[in-house]
Amino acid sequence: MSLLETHSLTCAFDDLIAVDHVTFNVEKTEVFGLVGPNGAGKSTMIKVLTTLRRPTSGTAIICGHDITQNPAAVRSMIGYVPQMVSADGDLTARENLMLYSKLVDVPSGERKSRTLEALEFMNLADVADKRVRQFSGGMIRRLEIAQSMLHRPAMLFLDEPTVGLDPVARASVWEHIMQLRDTYQTTILLTTHMMEEVENLCTKIGIMNHGKMIAIGTASDLKTASGNPDATLDEVFIKFAGAEQATPGGFEQAARSRRTARRLG
Amino acid sequence: MTLVGRFFMKAFAIVEVEMIKIRRDPTEILSRAIQPALWMLVFGQVMQHAKAIQTGKLAYMDFMAPGILAQSVLFTSIFYGLSAIWERDLGILQKYLVSPTPRSALVTGKAISAGIRGLIQSLFVYALSLALGVQLNWNPVSLLGGMVAIVLGAAFFSTFSLIIACIVKSRERFMGIGQVLTMPLFFASNAIYPISMMPTWLQVISKVNPLTYQVDLLRSTMIVGGTQAFSLGVDIAVLFGATIVAILIAARLYPGLAS
Repeated sequence: MSLLETHSLTCAFDDLIAVDHVTFNVEKTEVFGLVGPNGAGKSTMIKVLTTLRRPTSGTAIICGHDITQNPAAVRSMIGYVPQMVSADGDLTARENLMLYSKLVDVPSGERKSRTLEALEFMNLADVADKRVRQFSGGMIRRLEIAQSMLHRPAMLFLDEPTVGLDPVARASVWEHIMQLRDTYQTTILLTTHMMEEVENLCTKIGIMNHGKMIAIGTASDLKTASGNPDATLDEVFIKFAGAEQATPGGFEQAARSRRTARRLG
Repeated sequence: MTLVGRFFMKAFAIVEVEMIKIRRDPTEILSRAIQPALWMLVFGQVMQHAKAIQTGKLAYMDFMAPGILAQSVLFTSIFYGLSAIWERDLGILQKYLVSPTPRSALVTGKAISAGIRGLIQSLFVYALSLALGVQLNWNPVSLLGGMVAIVLGAAFFSTFSLIIACIVKSRERFMGIGQVLTMPLFFASNAIYPISMMPTWLQVISKVNPLTYQVDLLRSTMIVGGTQAFSLGVDIAVLFGATIVAILIAARLYPGLAS
């Protein structure tokens, strides 16, 4: 059985269908990259899968639990790093981790050791007692990923983990994500706009547009499907997603992602 | 750990964080001491001399001190939801909501934090009252009763504020509504004049206003010779019941704040 499977998953707002009858699977230890133009429905998809928003119809099964029937069980199996900054800037890295270890049911005897392990794993041990406010964007992201891994979730959701980061920080975040998958066999679903990231690091790619999953496969599958096996993934993306169109919510989305970029940068 | 034990362990994790923040940056809570000082030094002194408000055997300053204490807690608590909107605009809220922590535990943690904040604030009002010669009641049981009134009042109004935050979702709208609510809540209560002085319609409103019960409980515990319009049991039952109902409503609405 797949670790994640969706069945005709649909999520509609008043005036648009953000996720439109999407069915796909993610297998264990896969790194699944969800790409698509702004407004394609990627963020809504992540919100529905992480139980932040209820689907209008259809459902998804994550680690054997139905997101509509038993969202609490799903929440105990997954980790989530939102696009926006989710670490508390007024606390130190250690305090952020200790707090979160309580919220995710790490046994009391293991909180300190898991916090320490997480700090070392993410190369944050020497800044453990500094306030997060003083961290660089890459350090904040690494801390957030460390937080989301404290309870050893089977599946991790990352919403644009490298948005707003410089190339060095981006490479470091990616390196840690891959290390984490190798160490803990975590299955990962992430969204991004960086085609080269997707190409080098994702084992499978899904392209969304207008709420639908329009193509799914490995990078070479998608290139072949686009009719030109030598195409770059950027070209494949443009081919599938089509020319730019005005989508609703564009202003707010742009404002939000630039705000996140500014906070991290 | 039992389900209840885990619930409170998580709620207190939220409380611990709030306490760390107050310790690191106490300026906000210190600045809250200014407003009650103005009320007592200006309004209280004038009214005491004018003898315009009949408060029986109590001096007006004695009558008003518990009301001003409740007011200072109210004015802070009613804007508590603002921090929830702030946490939503960052991404902290979303992350907490995806954790396996019950939403009611998150909300309860916030309510308890507001209660502790209220206790710290009340130290200023106590000190001020002492300086102004208010006849304070230092009986330990009475002090405990006063603390219950402060914690429950702060817990209720902060959770009420969280409910508003969940409904309006934006800082601007929230500030507007917060400003509109504070004064009516304050004036439609027994904080600075007895209920018996009010016209009937206002009496009805003030009797459904939890602030009235908080002030009533404070008035019977904080000052020497303070009397109660309701009984101790009624005051505590109303405050506690209102807080539980507010927490249940807020826990239901809280996830909606993320979308």
